[in-house]
This record gives sequence, C-alpha cells and structure tokens, in this order.
Amino acid sequence: MKRQPIATSSEWTFELIKRYDDEIGRIAASYGLDTYPNQIEVISAEQMMDAYSSVGMPVGYNHWSFGKAFLSTEKHYRRGLMGLAYEIVINSNPCIAYLMEENTLTMQALVIAHACYGHNSFFKNNYLFQTWTNADAIIDYLLFAKNYVRHCEERYGQEAVEFTLDSCHALMNYGVDRYKRPMRLSLAKEQARQAEREEYLQFQVNELWRKTIPIAAKDTAESGAERFPPEPQENLLYFVEKNAPLLEPWQREIVRIVRKIAQYFYPQRQTQVMNEGWATFWHYTLLNRLYDEGLVNDGFIIEFLQSHTNVVFQPPFDHPGYSGINPYALGFAMMTDIRRMCENPTDEDKRWFPNLVNTDWVKTLDFAMRNFKDESFIAQYLSPKVIRDLKLFSVLDDDSKRELEITAIHDDSGYQAIRQMLSNQYNLGNREPNIQVYNVNRRGDRSLTLRYYQHSRRPLGDSTEEVLKHLGRLWGFSVRLETEFEDGKVELTHELNVEH
Amino acid sequence: MSQIIDRRLNGKNKSAVNRTRFIHRFKNQIKRAVADAINGRSITDIEHGENVRIPSKDISEPVFHHGHGGVREQIHPGNREFVTGDRVPRPDGKGGKGRGNKASNQGDGEDEFVFELSRDEFLEFFFEDLELPDLIKTELAKLESEKIVRAGYTVSGVPSNINVVRSLRGALSRRIALQSPLRKKLHEKEEDLERLLLRLGEYEPAVVELKREIETLKRRINSVPFIDEFDLRYNNRIRQRSPTTQAVMFCIMDVSGSMDQEKKDIAKRFFMLLYLFLTRTYDKIELVFIRHHTIALEVDEQDFFYSRETGGTVVSSALDLMHQIIAERYPSNLWNIYAAQASDGDNWNDDSPICRDILMEKVMPLVRYFAYIEITADVHQNLWHEYLSVKKRFASFAMQRIESISDIYPVFRKLFQKQAA
Repeated sequence: MKRQPIATSSEWTFELIKRYDDEIGRIAASYGLDTYPNQIEVISAEQMMDAYSSVGMPVGYNHWSFGKAFLSTEKHYRRGLMGLAYEIVINSNPCIAYLMEENTLTMQALVIAHACYGHNSFFKNNYLFQTWTNADAIIDYLLFAKNYVRHCEERYGQEAVEFTLDSCHALMNYGVDRYKRPMRLSLAKEQARQAEREEYLQFQVNELWRKTIPIAAKDTAESGAERFPPEPQENLLYFVEKNAPLLEPWQREIVRIVRKIAQYFYPQRQTQVMNEGWATFWHYTLLNRLYDEGLVNDGFIIEFLQSHTNVVFQPPFDHPGYSGINPYALGFAMMTDIRRMCENPTDEDKRWFPNLVNTDWVKTLDFAMRNFKDESFIAQYLSPKVIRDLKLFSVLDDDSKRELEITAIHDDSGYQAIRQMLSNQYNLGNREPNIQVYNVNRRGDRSLTLRYYQHSRRPLGDSTEEVLKHLGRLWGFSVRLETEFEDGKVELTHELNVEH
Repeated sequence: MSQIIDRRLNGKNKSAVNRTRFIHRFKNQIKRAVADAINGRSITDIEHGENVRIPSKDISEPVFHHGHGGVREQIHPGNREFVTGDRVPRPDGKGGKGRGNKASNQGDGEDEFVFELSRDEFLEFFFEDLELPDLIKTELAKLESEKIVRAGYTVSGVPSNINVVRSLRGALSRRIALQSPLRKKLHEKEEDLERLLLRLGEYEPAVVELKREIETLKRRINSVPFIDEFDLRYNNRIRQRSPTTQAVMFCIMDVSGSMDQEKKDIAKRFFMLLYLFLTRTYDKIELVFIRHHTIALEVDEQDFFYSRETGGTVVSSALDLMHQIIAERYPSNLWNIYAAQASDGDNWNDDSPICRDILMEKVMPLVRYFAYIEITADVHQNLWHEYLSVKKRFASFAMQRIESISDIYPVFRKLFQKQAA
C-alpha cells in the first residue's frame, strides 16, 4: 500500500520537521536504536558559525583561539570556499542537534536521521563514551567552566588567564588519561569541591617543595636514585595540575578544566570512522525505509542520494582534492559490508568472518558499535571486499631510502597487512608522539624532564620548542625533553631554561 | 521524545567576544598589516573594511607533533597501477605520503591567515595613538544645522501628516466609550421587551413605549460618528539643531618635471592618511586639489595625481591660489581648514621668501593645521629653510622629510602624535 508522502515541497516548517522526526524515530526504534531524547535546535548560518568555532561546545569559555577559528570560518564561508556543516551534534543528554535554517526539507530529514538517531545512539552506547563521558553533566560542567574562567578574568586579569589557557591548550592532547577511568562530573559536587580542592592542593604542593629546598646543582646532578614520579606519567596536564610548584590555585583549576574538556572529546577522536560510519549507515537505511513506505517521494530520495554520495566520496590518492582517507567513506563502506556479510555472505566471507555469516545483521552491527573504537574496529571487521572496493594500498616511506616502496596492495597476500596497518594508522598512540613526564629534579633546579619515546626514527616537529615554552610557563622552572631512541640510548634533545 | 526548538532569535554574535579577543591579542601584527593595506587605495576610498593578512606562524597554536623524516607506512585509497614491491620516486615536498598530498594550492596560501576587519576597526587601528594637535582648542562643532526629527503626535497639522493608525485607534476608543453605556441600556430594554411580549400584546401602551425608547437608543448609538475631527492625530516633526562639523582639506603638490611618479605616489599616500584622519573627526570633508609648477591650478583628483607637467617651480602661486579659494568658498569661521603640501623641495630661489610671507601673513592664521612634506634624498633647499621660520612661529605648522615609501607611516604618526595634555 502506497501512502501519501509527508511533503512534496522542499520548504521546511516546524510541523514537517516534527512529522519527519516522528516517522524516522519510529523506524529507528523498530531497528532497536537506543537513543537519548533529542533536542533539535533550528539555528541560522551565523549561529552555525558560532557553534563551529567553539569546537562543538554549546557553552564555552572565552578565548582568542575560538575567535581565530570564527574568523577563518567566516572568511571561508563568505568566499564560498566552504559550505557549512549541515549539522552539529553534541554528546549530551538530551542530545542536542543543530539544524541550519538554510537547509532544504530533505537535508533536515537527512540531518535528523544522521545526528539525532545515528550519532545519538552511538554516543549513548559505545563503550568509550560510556566510560569517559557523562552526557548528563557535560552542559553543566561547561557552564561551570565558563563562569569560573570569567570569574578568574575579573579577579586576576584577562591577560593572565589567557596566557594560562594558551599554555593549557598547547598541551591539551596530553591532558587525557588513556587507561584510567575518569571521575563522574557533576555541577553541584564540582562547585562544592572546587574550593576545598584549591586549598588542599596548594597545601600539598607547598609541602612537597618545602622539604626540597634547592641546593647547589653539582651535588645533585646524578644523585636522584628515586625519581619523581616513580613511573613515567602520560597525562602531562594532570601532572602539572597536581605538582607544578608555582601555580596559583586558580591556575590549577583552569588546567583542570582544560584537561576535563580534553578528556570529554577524547572518545570522539578515537571513534571518528565508526561514529561517522554508523551515523551514515543509519541515515541511509532509515531514509530508504521512508521511501519504501511511500512517505517520501522520488524528488526527496534523489536529492538525498546526491548529498549522501558527496559525503561518502573517497577521492583516490592522486586526486587534487585528496586529503587522506574519508572517515565517512570508510566507515559507511565497512558498516554496509558487515550487513552484507550477515545477509549474503560469499565463500571468501565464510573463510574470513565465520562468526558473522548468517547472523542477524542488526544485532551484529549493534555489537560492533558498542564494543570497539576505530583501531580495533578496523582490525576486527575490515574485509577483503572493502579493501578491494577502496583499492587500498600501503606505502612505506623511509627517509634513508631514495624511493618509496609499495608494501601491500589489495590482493590476497596484502589484505592482512593492509588491515593491520590501517588499524595502526587509527591508533592515536601512533599518531601523536609518545611524550611522558619522566622526572622532576626536586633537590636541584626543580626542572621537569619529559621523555619522548621514539619509534621508526620519527623526529619531533618544529613546534616542540614552542610547546616547551608553554609547559615552562606552567611549571615555572626549566623544562627538558629527552629522546629515548629505539636502541635504548637517551639524549637530551630540547631544553628550555627558565631564569629566576 | 524529541523536542524542537527555534533558536534563530537567540543572539547570533556569540563569537563576538572571542573575535575581539583575537584582534586584541594580535594587535601589533594587525597594525602592521593595516599599514600595508593602505598602500593600495585611493584617497577617498575608505568606505569599506579591509582584508587583513597576517603570517600564520605568528598566531599558530603549537602542539607536539611528529616532524618529517623517519620511517612511516601509510594506507592510501585508489590504487591503479601499483603492485607489491614497486618502488616509486618520492614526490616533491617534504616527507611525502603519496601524491596529491598538498591539496589546496589555490586561494590563500597556507602561511597566511586572512580575515576581514570592519571599516571602523580598520580605521581604529590606523589612527591609534594619533590625535590632531590642539584638538581642544579648535572648536570642532562650529556650524549648526537643523535636522527634522520625529517627536510623537500632535492634534493639529496638515492632512499629509495624518497618522491613520493613531487616528483610527482614537476614533475606535471614542466610539466604544460613547456607545457602550447606550448599548448596555439597549440590551436591557430589548430583554424587557421580549419579556413583556410574552405577557402582553403588540399594541399595549407599555410595549409601544418600550419600542419607542429602543428606537431612540438605536438612533443615539448610530449618531456617534465613525470618525471625528477630534480623533485626528498628526505625526509631529520638530526641528532640532545639531552641530555639524565640516572641514576642507587642501592638497597642494608640485608637479614640475622633477616630481616623478614615484614621488607623486608617496605624496598621494600622505594625502590619503591626512584624509583618513580627518574623516574620523569631521562628518563632511571637502577636498581641494591644487597642483602647481610655475602657475597653480585647481584640478580634480585624477588630474592631480596622474597628469604630467613640466617646467619650473613657483610654490607661491599655489599658496596664493589657496588663499584665494579660502576667501571665496571656505570662510574660516565656518570651515575647519587643513592643508597638506608635498614637494621635492625645488623652488625658484627668489620665490621661497615670498612663500614664507604668504604663509605667515595670510594662510596660517586661517588654517587649523598645515603639514609640509619634502620628498627628497638630497640636501634641503632654500624652501625648507624658509619654512623652518614659519614652524617657529606657528605650532600648527609641521614639516617633515620623506625619503621612501616606507617612511610615510612613521612620518605621519610623528606629525599627528598625541600631545601630552
């Protein structure tokens, strides 16, 4: 039975958005998508630019770097270099999704399916988000952060706060715990504890340093049998917050705020392919169902397919627009392929993925969504077919050799290698240099020593000195960076002296 | 489950604070960029904002990252011709991650950060720390003009000023006020009549009496006029005196053979700066261009900067013409008069003392400010020395020497530096 389409024009109204949302929600529920309640907010292009430049935080403290992001977004948008994103969605409960007023009705439906049901269910159920983020509390926390920063600006001057934030931002990627489980956030507790924490921390720090009055440097050069910290620490901002000798209490709180926000965004950085793949797979599936049920007309589905195709386009490596693997393309291809393997497995699939063959695809996909991050998801599910479809190949670039080498392509002998390599490529630990706090000279000059564990002979980039300056500003004393080479040799490679 | 909210009416300038902070933070870089940008403009072409470019490295936000080099293995899509074991030459560029890696070479280079300043911001940067000398002494708002502004409504006026909405609103309330007691009575009477008719016949005296009363009431209601003279409201406009500030700026330039195009360009920038500054202070500015060699001529901007003349130089001719124009068109009690003169310093020797005298006796008492720039790398000539004595007597006279384009901005700043109060 063909039903009457919901709408035939491309102009949206609030009633039509509501109707679409109802229908899409109904179909999503029939597939068992488990979501937070949605809060759909219609905004203008200018507001979208605002949202854009605050890196997706609906409430943010003020800082020039957001202004910079805004200016560059504005410039690009005005010049037509860039369409604005159709949507921004925030991992909160209720899940906030922005729809832009300029979108056509079809685009609004696409965004609703993509963000309000795709991303939303991912946020709610993926193990990383469940472990690391607390959707109920984030908005409150951001509000607390904004007010706290403003309060500090009033009390200690805008410049001082800004410099502290600059330094924290430089180290933001090193402000996350990769393995420890974070504490839950709650506004009330946060505020109540904040004052207490301030006092206590300062007291502790003072204790630490009072016992260690500096003495002449030569006595202490190599006397440090017991290092501090005893084990290297990966969370630089945490270490600074707890141990930097000269920070004021409010500065420690700001370090903490930046660290918390970094931690909140950390799962998003680890699940780009999965998250986008999941949302894209679902907008594709849900809207096609709408079409099958006769709720949308041909014009709708053609407009939708056009945008969808643009989103999942993967330019080849020699295309002028190539800038790496498109997470939408890879994620969508993999999600679709998992469904295919469940429903119509080939002999190859039976060999590679015996566990998937002839299972319920809804359950299988749901399991994949809940329990993986990009790295493990690719290692687990990247099939030969997807490798062939995307024509993946791996290139070895060794700066000691004159030429690049093609180490694997999409053939029988290459599948395994490509899968492993692509999985590594999405390991954040490989993307960012592994730099940890190694030692603090407690008896001598109070300098902080970081250690860079080098792999594959990859050096540090040219902004290292600048970052060390920022760290030096927080730490208040000299900062050194040693590189530990693969053969175990350690060498002092960067040094920043802070004079007193 | 879902809630749909229209947020479009919420403020859209959430980023304004951050934008301001960015501009504040990189003030120095932006100021430099603004000074560069001014070089490309015509004197009066300041009606729009400006794209400002500052080097990306100045405003970068550093993070730890891997540098180029070492060993890296990467996956790329879209293989066509490669098989395992192929060796391919390293593509241009550092490190190399396969071809097509340096995607956008169109548009803005990666190493510049480009954004737009509004006109006001642009000028703000331009004129920071600058102020006209003796600004307090000059009574800026000399001339007053009358402006007609709205001032509510009035009960009398001409028909073209009738405010229809107001008038009808008045009429409506008057009708309600006058009619409603009558209507209320009418209503009561009608109810009475109905009740009476249940008991009595149509021609009973009581009924007839009541009907008559009802008729009267209806008549009275109808006689309340729909609109009355009394309801009319007129838009009220009153004249307001408001101070206007106007200025005239004289641009005087030597166009004799020794002034080549490069020197004229320098002069142009100088005039432009003065003009820009005046627009900050005055609403209305007129420009008078006087060019001279042995004789002086008033011309338009195009001719002023681009037509070529040859011949000797008699500066006094221009000063004479300026004085004459002031006398004819710009009475000094109504106009703030500024003058900027550019020359390469050449003058017919006997003429220089005459210039000095014209300035001291005729021109300087009339003008607020007179700036003279000498564009030359040579030694000063006699005009400079004569002008020095003018400078001694008049604080509102300034002179400077400029050697190349890069000197202009500092010179300009020096001319108009804020004076310690």
